[in-house]
Amino acid sequence: MSSKTIIMFSGDLDKAMASLIIANGAAAMGDDVTIFFTFWGLNVLRKAQKIKVKKEFMENMFGFMMPRGADKLNLSKMNFAGAGTAMMKSIMKKKNVNSLPQLLENAQAMGVKMIACTMSMDVMGIKEAELIDGVELAGVATYLGEADGANVNLFI
Amino acid sequence: MAEKHINARGLQCPGPIVELFKVAKAAESGDVITIEVTDCGFSKDITAWCKKTGNELVSIEETEGVIKAVVKKG
Repeated sequence: MSSKTIIMFSGDLDKAMASLIIANGAAAMGDDVTIFFTFWGLNVLRKAQKIKVKKEFMENMFGFMMPRGADKLNLSKMNFAGAGTAMMKSIMKKKNVNSLPQLLENAQAMGVKMIACTMSMDVMGIKEAELIDGVELAGVATYLGEADGANVNLFI
Repeated sequence: MAEKHINARGLQCPGPIVELFKVAKAAESGDVITIEVTDCGFSKDITAWCKKTGNELVSIEETEGVIKAVVKKG
């Protein structure tokens, strides 16, 4: 059995979808898959609802300015203040492409391991309670340990 | 030996191989799985999937936009 690792750095909808489609595909090929969510990629893991947690002023600002969860992300191109993203989402739905929240759920059900970068969480003031369930918290060494045994590593 | 059927028509990538993987995982060695797919990339994908997962592609045919593949669990 081989394994794949993906670094989800971006918080863009299209890039996150690409990552999760690859992750689901790899899991369906029988591979172990680990995704390391860092910087803007952390937003992919945020819960859609607002969670009451104690934060400093700057952390609150960060939380407010960044998209809250997989359903709130925007396209990296042709966003047009959200209109492009809405259009893309409606076309994808029509064409029966899984939404990003569905892809995340499927990936977890297939055993894809999701790791949230604790340094990014600290910098951006994102607390564990704000992330979806089933996510591990760790640092770069954990990711590197996984990457050592993997034969494909992607930075997205 | 059991025969299983998957209707994956209308599913987009990676839906068909995900469904196939789930059924194959629960199947016994020698079981035959038939899958019907409308995603045109599947005919290439199924070859790669079988090679990687150690299952046998018994046959593949396409009629009116539907790809029907028969896979034997290895």
